[in-house]
Amino acid sequence: MNLAIFLLALFDGVAYAALVFIVALGLTLIFGVMRILNVAHGSLYAIGAYTTVTLTGWVLALGFAPILAFPLMLVSAVLVGVLIGGPLEYFLLRRIYDKSEVLQLLVTFAVFMILEDVQRLVWGTRPYFDSSALQALGNISVFGVTYTVYQLILLPLIAVTLLLGMRFFLRHTLTGKLITATTEDREAAQSIGVDADKVFLFTFIIGAVLAGLGGALASPTTSILPGMGADMIVLSFAVVATAGLGQIEGAALTALMIGLGRSFAVYLYPEFSVLVPYLIMVVVLLVRPEGLFGTPSARKI
Amino acid sequence: MTNRFVKRTVAAMVAGALPVMAIAADKPESLNVGMTTFLTGPASVFGVPARNAAEILVENINAEGGINGVPIDITFIDEGAGAEALTSEYRRMVESGSAEVMLASISSGNCQTIAPLAEDLQVPNLMWDCGTQRIFEENDYQYVFRTQANATPEMLATVLYLLKTNPDFKTIAVVNQDYAWGRDSWDIFSTALKAMKPDVEVLAEFFPKFGSPDFSTEISRLQALQPDVILSTSWGGDLDTFVQQASQRGLLNSSTFVLPLAESSLERLGSALTDGHIVGGRGDHYFLHPDRRDDEDFQAFMSQYEEKTGEVSVYPVFHASQAIAALTAAYDKAIEDNGVDWPSEDQLLAALEGLTFQGLGREVTIREDNQGIEDQLLGTSVQTGDYPFATMENIMIFDGDELTTPVGENSLEWVQTLDASMVESVTVDQYDN
Repeated sequence: MNLAIFLLALFDGVAYAALVFIVALGLTLIFGVMRILNVAHGSLYAIGAYTTVTLTGWVLALGFAPILAFPLMLVSAVLVGVLIGGPLEYFLLRRIYDKSEVLQLLVTFAVFMILEDVQRLVWGTRPYFDSSALQALGNISVFGVTYTVYQLILLPLIAVTLLLGMRFFLRHTLTGKLITATTEDREAAQSIGVDADKVFLFTFIIGAVLAGLGGALASPTTSILPGMGADMIVLSFAVVATAGLGQIEGAALTALMIGLGRSFAVYLYPEFSVLVPYLIMVVVLLVRPEGLFGTPSARKI
Repeated sequence: MTNRFVKRTVAAMVAGALPVMAIAADKPESLNVGMTTFLTGPASVFGVPARNAAEILVENINAEGGINGVPIDITFIDEGAGAEALTSEYRRMVESGSAEVMLASISSGNCQTIAPLAEDLQVPNLMWDCGTQRIFEENDYQYVFRTQANATPEMLATVLYLLKTNPDFKTIAVVNQDYAWGRDSWDIFSTALKAMKPDVEVLAEFFPKFGSPDFSTEISRLQALQPDVILSTSWGGDLDTFVQQASQRGLLNSSTFVLPLAESSLERLGSALTDGHIVGGRGDHYFLHPDRRDDEDFQAFMSQYEEKTGEVSVYPVFHASQAIAALTAAYDKAIEDNGVDWPSEDQLLAALEGLTFQGLGREVTIREDNQGIEDQLLGTSVQTGDYPFATMENIMIFDGDELTTPVGENSLEWVQTLDASMVESVTVDQYDN
């Protein structure tokens, strides 16, 4: 393996990891704060992608410039977060925070199944593809291999921004500190006047927006079709579990590991590429059952 | 003692009744047909167009009085619910008498499950879309017929078209879906290619996960390897994603793509599929079929279909039309041959043997092992501007007889015996577009 091939595999891995990280970030944030594993996160991802394609198609058909696809991604993500994520937390999840994990998992899984059918109802089964955003940015050539600027530069850039932004938000802003406090000890936070319900709702919406944003950002690179949410939830769960549930920096590192592992596998031994993410997960969890960055939680009486 | 008596009596009554049943059957209220197709899941890109086509075709037949005055009543079973649900639905439909003939299925795995089941249930089953060549090579069926080709002629025609249009290529890479079809089609394709052009070098073999949303890494590696030809037998969302991503990154400019199922993705791919790539449609299936596009029935159906769905026809539409054409042709033939109002099941099965019928493509004949002989159409993609997507030029239609594995032989073994002379000797009709 020469340097050029090594670098190519590195680029591919980073681009892939960026997308996985954005989705996993929302999942791990929600888990970290609410201790709930939201399977419906996969649906929010898919709906984010569908919404982006529909909005972009509609706006571009009106004759606007393709560059407008970028703000539309953000719009779609926020729509998904507020219109689906919000009611989901407010009417449903709020009622099951005290229930057993199995029940929580079943409820979010049920929501996932329902939303899968809603997608089919609204968008049908035909694959959609709209790469206006990606084409607007053009290509660059590295070692004779053409990459899209969108995948090689923009996606990793957004991922890093989100990671740093999330760190800053949680540690240095008031809302962020409230979220962290509620995460640490809900009862203590409530006793000093933090409105935990509000914090949960807000966090869930942020998480849902991130899922939608993942879908929106993925939409110019891939076919939008039924079942895409299921794939993504499995992969991002692997990332989140390997990192340690609720660990944001851990999720970034794990996504990178999985992305690189997968792309190097394609160069060295393609038959292995599907296995790599789960192989990494198994190895890590065998050695550290709480995940790479997870800490064994002290049980409260 | 009593038990044996009852058995004998029943046996005698059945034996007495049998000849009567074989001679004629009462004309039913309607001919109930069950069709399995994907209404959910990734393969619904095939299943939904096929269902729409079947509905139109049945409606048209019924509007003209049905088969000898008997209207067809078609119901659908979703293959997307899984093999378990499919077989129990299938069994229920047949055993409750709500279907006399079954059309199954799209998935090769489902065909392999259903063939012995149809035999057990003694229900005539027309395999209308699945690709595996193993069905009639590994088993002998009485109730199962196939109204289309199988993977062998489809892959063989692709190799021949490639060798006729690009005789000098040196290297090839493959990117197929990681499941039975992706693996089997590559086996047949590579075996045929090795037999006819032994000096070709296979640079890379990729089998990304079925439903993979991202082929970026494969594309990077293909750009580094620079194969002359890239084969992908993928379909649906996978094929769309692969071609779109390859197109975005200029891979379509440096390699010739060979896409035996791309006819079903032409419209969705839009301008992404540039000029000069090989496109197939699993048989002679193309909404601008050069032999058929001027025919009145063809044009009438195409406009009906486009009106109903807002899309152009893809190959599953043709396959559905062939199954329904075979069904009506078999009933008509059985009625005529036996001089009855309505044929018995045995008469229907007899009529299906060696039946020739025509759906939307060219005529198809069912040969003695119940395998259909279907011609194969391939072309080269071209963006003419007449449509907002690529159409085909330099079309060749290969004669199905010569491409189908002889009765009783194994496809892979038979393909190995072929050689380069076939590229010249094969019967083919050529069209500019």
